[in-house]
Amino acid sequence: MGKVFSRPEKMGIYRRRVIFEIEALGLNSIGLTAIISVFIGAAITLQMSISLESPFIPQYLIGYATRETMTLEFSSTVVALILAGKVGSNIASEIGTMRITEQIDALEIMGVNSASYLILPKIIATVFFFPFLTLLTIMIGIIGGYTIAWTTGIMSPDDYIEGLLYDFVLWEVIYSLIKIAVFAFIITSISAFYGYYAKGSSLEVGRASTRAVVVSSITILIFNLILTQLLLT
Amino acid sequence: MIKCEHISKSFEGRRVIEDISIEFETGKTNLIIGRSGSGKTVLLKTLVGLHTPDEGDIFFDDVCYTSLSFNDRKRVRKDIGMIFQGGALIDSSTVYENVRLPLDLFTDDSEAQKRERVDYCLSRVNLSDAHHLYPSELSGGMIKRVAIARAIVMNPRYLFCDEPNSGLDPQTSIVIDNLIHGITKEYGITTIINTHDMNSVMEIGEKVVYIYQGKKWWEGTNEEILHADNPELNDFVFASAMAKRARRGK
Ligand SMILES: Nc1ncnc2c1ncn2[C@@H]1O[C@H](COP(=O)(O)OP(=O)(O)O)[C@@H](O)[C@H]1O
Ligand SMILES: [Mg+2]
Repeated sequence: MGKVFSRPEKMGIYRRRVIFEIEALGLNSIGLTAIISVFIGAAITLQMSISLESPFIPQYLIGYATRETMTLEFSSTVVALILAGKVGSNIASEIGTMRITEQIDALEIMGVNSASYLILPKIIATVFFFPFLTLLTIMIGIIGGYTIAWTTGIMSPDDYIEGLLYDFVLWEVIYSLIKIAVFAFIITSISAFYGYYAKGSSLEVGRASTRAVVVSSITILIFNLILTQLLLT
Repeated sequence: MIKCEHISKSFEGRRVIEDISIEFETGKTNLIIGRSGSGKTVLLKTLVGLHTPDEGDIFFDDVCYTSLSFNDRKRVRKDIGMIFQGGALIDSSTVYENVRLPLDLFTDDSEAQKRERVDYCLSRVNLSDAHHLYPSELSGGMIKRVAIARAIVMNPRYLFCDEPNSGLDPQTSIVIDNLIHGITKEYGITTIINTHDMNSVMEIGEKVVYIYQGKKWWEGTNEEILHADNPELNDFVFASAMAKRARRGK
């Protein structure tokens, strides 16, 4: 780990690499997270409206429940699990391939600190960019709920919006942003670690990438509990 | 001059390199030969510092490399160029960016100077029209040539080549061999080449070291190698059917 955070050789190169990684790991994940969010937002609204179908429960609670679920859990923890699968396996296999094809040795011979050169830009890019994915997810999920309410007529869109605004606590959004930043660090560093220490053949790279996804997912779930305990109670 | 004294290296308790001492000469192409699995790559990587030897010392022109700190070693590494077996070009970068990377990282040259230097190195390896291609778009011979260009871009004093013509056809192999030999002579570099190709030995083997099961088994020149009185070496040298037939005819 110390190797990753040692002083970079030339700042300009690192800046360029961070921008490159934001595109590779962040922008390229927007599509997937957006599609999943819109469907999950719609599904939550639909499920809530079915299970809360009672004259004693105000309709706006459906909008409220959708917002809460999206904000508190889906936009950070579930999105992080999805990204662990997509971005984590990508990082582990990319760095693992560089390891077994001696590209990392080639960097070392040039005098480059390969761990910092390869991993630090990825950590900066994901910790910085994944919170945007979380915000996007919250918004798109809520839009998905609105769309399903409006198209199916299971509830009035006005009630839905009333629910969205009901008892809004900004801290819950910040809590999610903090969580995703921590999860971004977990995904990137664990996956990079498994890639960096891959050995042998391309089969091993595949195994390293599977292990990276499993270990980062479990770590995310554990940290989710820890962070919730620390930040919300 | 590069010298190693009594170096050994084990992996998980298994000796791969055992008590090897060699002196590699400046301005010459020094060849390390041996069967695959004999420990050539491990020896080369130990010499450049990618593996740390369990015992023994390595000298780069009187500087004891093995006793240097991590940061001082970095300074020596800037004088080292290395060509890896598979080329080891950075997949996500073009040919131009690959060759330019060391300049970006370690020099304060202007944009024009860097461009000129990269153009020169690529033309030196006869590859002036591939700047924008990615490694996946290159043939085996082109990859090796880009790797050579990248290795010489910083004007190294020491050049290491791990099986520079493995996987290449005989004609391309000769081109690569001559390229490395020519560069060695032109700049007076100390060059060390791993190979199991007898053609290379005969063409450019100014100094030849035969490694057998991790030990230095024989050393000499490409002229002496045909007359060496060493059964394991003879088996290696005359392994091909053609060489055997030629020898019987002699
Ligand atoms: N990093 C490593 N860990 C464990 N064993 C290794 C490692 N690198 C090489 N070896 C072993 O050392 C021996 C020599 O390998 P190598 O130097 O690659 O041979 P070659 O002469 O073909 O280049 C082989 O048996 C190989 O399995
Ligand atoms: Mg080898």
